[in-house]
Amino acid sequence: MDKPSADGGPTRFETHPSRYKHWKLAVTGELATLTMAVDDEHPHKPGYELKLNSYDLSVDIELADAILRLRFEHPEVKCVVFTAELDRVFCSGANIYMLGLSTHSFKVNFCKFTNETRIYLEDASANSGLASLCACKGTTAGGGYELALACDETMLVDDGNSAVSFPETPLLAVLPGTGGLTRLVDKRKVRRDRADVFCTTAEGIKGKRAKEWGLVDHVVSRSSWDATVTERAKSLSAKQTVTRGPAVELPALSAKVEANGVKYRYVELQVDRTARTGELTVRGPEASDVLDFTTPETWSLHAFRELDEALLRLRFDFPEIGMIAVRTVGDPKLVVLHDELLATTTTGFAREIRLLQRRVLKRFDNTARSFYAVADSAQSCFAGSLLELALGADRFYMLIDGDQKIGVATSVANAGFNVMSSGLSRLGARFYGDPELATAVLQRGAPKPKSPRGAIALPPERAKLLAEHPAYKLAMSIEMIPSEEAEKLGIATIAADDIDFGDELRIALEERASLSPDALTGMEQSLRFVGPETLETKIFGRLSAWQNWIFTRPNSTGEHGALTLYGKPERPQFGWKRT
Amino acid sequence: MTNVITDDKIPNNVNLSGDKRLQRALEAWQPKFIDWWKEMGPAPWNEKDIYLRTAISVETEGWANFDYVKMPDYRWGIFLEPKKEGRLHHFGDNMGQPVWDEVPGEFRNMLRRLIVTQGDTEPASVEQQRKLGETAPSLYDLRNLFQVNVEEGRHLWAMVYLLHTYFGRDGREEAEELLQRRSGDADKPRILGAFNEPTSHWVSFFMFTMFTDRDGKYQLAALAESAFDPLARTCRFMLTEEAHHMFVGETGVQRIVKRACELMKQEPNGDVRKAGGVDLPTIQKYLNLWYTLSLDLFGGEVSSNAADAFASGLKGRYKEDRYDEHKLVGSHFAMDVLENGKVIHKDVPMRNALNEVLRTEYIKDCQRGVDRWNKTIREEGIEHELKLPANKFHRQIGMWSGHFFTPDGEMIDQAAFDARRTEWLPNEADETYIKSLMQPVYERGKMANWIAPPIKGINGLPGDFEYVKLP
Ligand SMILES: [Fe+2]
Ligand SMILES: [Fe+2]
Repeated sequence: MDKPSADGGPTRFETHPSRYKHWKLAVTGELATLTMAVDDEHPHKPGYELKLNSYDLSVDIELADAILRLRFEHPEVKCVVFTAELDRVFCSGANIYMLGLSTHSFKVNFCKFTNETRIYLEDASANSGLASLCACKGTTAGGGYELALACDETMLVDDGNSAVSFPETPLLAVLPGTGGLTRLVDKRKVRRDRADVFCTTAEGIKGKRAKEWGLVDHVVSRSSWDATVTERAKSLSAKQTVTRGPAVELPALSAKVEANGVKYRYVELQVDRTARTGELTVRGPEASDVLDFTTPETWSLHAFRELDEALLRLRFDFPEIGMIAVRTVGDPKLVVLHDELLATTTTGFAREIRLLQRRVLKRFDNTARSFYAVADSAQSCFAGSLLELALGADRFYMLIDGDQKIGVATSVANAGFNVMSSGLSRLGARFYGDPELATAVLQRGAPKPKSPRGAIALPPERAKLLAEHPAYKLAMSIEMIPSEEAEKLGIATIAADDIDFGDELRIALEERASLSPDALTGMEQSLRFVGPETLETKIFGRLSAWQNWIFTRPNSTGEHGALTLYGKPERPQFGWKRT
Repeated sequence: MTNVITDDKIPNNVNLSGDKRLQRALEAWQPKFIDWWKEMGPAPWNEKDIYLRTAISVETEGWANFDYVKMPDYRWGIFLEPKKEGRLHHFGDNMGQPVWDEVPGEFRNMLRRLIVTQGDTEPASVEQQRKLGETAPSLYDLRNLFQVNVEEGRHLWAMVYLLHTYFGRDGREEAEELLQRRSGDADKPRILGAFNEPTSHWVSFFMFTMFTDRDGKYQLAALAESAFDPLARTCRFMLTEEAHHMFVGETGVQRIVKRACELMKQEPNGDVRKAGGVDLPTIQKYLNLWYTLSLDLFGGEVSSNAADAFASGLKGRYKEDRYDEHKLVGSHFAMDVLENGKVIHKDVPMRNALNEVLRTEYIKDCQRGVDRWNKTIREEGIEHELKLPANKFHRQIGMWSGHFFTPDGEMIDQAAFDARRTEWLPNEADETYIKSLMQPVYERGKMANWIAPPIKGINGLPGDFEYVKLP
């Protein structure tokens, strides 16, 4: 069994319950309990104490890990209960002193990460048969209440004192940063005038009124608290019908952190600090890799977990690397084989992998860096689930080679399952005005099983098992769409032959790296998310636009801003001009 | 039958008869208050005639009106110190501007919180003390208990008046909830910790009135500086009553101490317990308990709420006028703080340290009381000293909570603390022993064996006066 790996670098997103400092994970049959017991002396960075179950990145990294492990390692669990170790305080939200000490880009990425974690929790309930109950036995403020909003049900203790609250606006002159405002009115459907009152009342709303306004689902006395928690958790778990499992133990990722990047088994990130550019390379599976879906070592899971962490490290540890070239290396047939096998495997574990891939690809979309996908070698492997990276990138550059070895291939992974935050597939978003073009790409790229074109040197025991498998036949019969045609079909942004390609790409990268990072972030996020708004796009869109703007305004973070002066002797002074 | 609120029923100086809105609010609230009193107050004594002081006006001759009265008929009044025209903010960011006669919208929530927190302590202490009548050491003490009880009731009225008059619907709801929370209740406890501890016998009662009511004095004094003028005026009048509660506590403990010394001398080997008294080491343990519970009530040592309340003019320092500087921007307070698990002495921005500043004033005041107890011990010719434990000892709130200190302020680990806990704080055996002493003495002029008689009676009356009429 893999032991948790040693500390891997500046910001490490992978952890393990044995190393948790802030949460306690307990599993009993169908119920899991995640008890928030923040260790105030172990913040993410020195300089503040995590009093009163306030949280920072270190707390949220553990939460993300716990949710991931519940999904993969504890398929028997049907409901997770969030609770706190303190008696009168559930959670007092993001630590304000931490926010005060953090750079702007850190704050933005911190909020984004916590949002992604909560969306993954909601996804567990929607798609994985894992419900959640937030048991707020005490004050529940800011990000604490946002966690509650991400759960299926919320109970608040009725002790005449404990309230749920969003004190961000009245106290700190910022907004709840983890999708709270949107979930309040869009998810919980709290009447918007009441939401207005709630969000400007620092001490929050308690008891009967909290329930009447729909801020919580139940208000429960202290004496019937434990019984009600159990009863509600059981009732939620009784509603879960999705088959899950089998359980697997997630192996450690073993990141090799270097001065200019990080290397994993399949994923590598290398940066050039002078040019402010980076290269993200994702390798496809090897023929010798395990090819079934009973092991967590499978490429489909492991490579995407690595990509997930690499993206987070890019966000947090390399803030000035704005332009990333994305390349893939491998055998497209093997990627397609993995995708097809994954889609036809009916276990909960296989579904869990697909949902994880989907989430990681969303993390890619939501990363505020310029991504250009580049297919410039015969080893490139933009097929199926890896083609999603090219489709999600801001541009896709393809080299036209003489013998047409460079190309793309589609698989079931491109056919609709891997939706973006908007609910559209990446092909759907690409051809938003013309859905027929998306269909045309899928038809053109579809494997032609009648005429197998290739074979893979599989390990003998695998070959025997797979030879007659429909997924194998499909994968062996894929036909690559060469660069020139890919451009015509609208997949490649630019396809050029080797006379032009080098300069074309170099200039494009240099030009991009020279533009204002702020403007680019806004522009990219606007263009990437074409089409309908969803809860998720609203959350991330409003986060990028409003919260980020407010965070940089003098009224919050200026010399006399409320966030700057929180906990200091002076009171804030506002500039009164409204936009 | 409709409940008609009149000036006669509710003595006041707030023009109640001319204030329809207040009348209507009180008409709804007052019956609930009486129900609460009957359920949670000193129930068996409601039909007895008790020699009580009632405030019927704020003039010198009006605020201390003595007569026999049945407690539910006590005229809980609403009194504010008369308004001084032209009063200005005298501290904080708005210094020099006129004080507020209405609640400023910006500070509405903060003020409501301050008032509700203060208001919640008033009925809480009545609830904590409701059984004590059954074991009173004398009629004099029984009457003092009830005097304290009805006045805490009146303090509740004072806070409810503010909620009803200045906070609209929210205020009315908060006023109702003040009657719904219950001291020590598992479901709806009182807001502050010390007010959920049982005051199950008279030693605790005297310690409570000595130490916990004294916290009340300092909180009220700080609120009496408020630039929200109605709050300031209300609190100033309440302070006159609070002084009596502390008198009950300080003299109560002093009489137990005196009796302990007497018994020490009577018993051949000084065994006070054998002689049916409360020995000085046990007194020290109850002192340690109630003093530290009361220290907690001042809140966190470094507090942004305290800074906010001062900056905005809502809560000042104890006797703000004694200080030269009233803005406190850029000044510091040197205090002990915990950093990386070590106690260090360090400068904290003054505004953030104001809870600690107030607590420091309080500690000095407590020390004066303890000094008087020690004087009694010396006068009895006994060598023993009662001591206030260190401010870090046995704390549940603030910087020192979760860390362990001896009464001398030396940092130790939890195991060491637990091992010596019963040496420093009352244990079950102490509680059992004290409770065994608690036999009522209802005979005129008689005193329980464990406490000395008071030096003088109430309102110039003799000690054997019939303070409570028993059939
Ligand atoms: Fe009082
Ligand atoms: Fe009092």
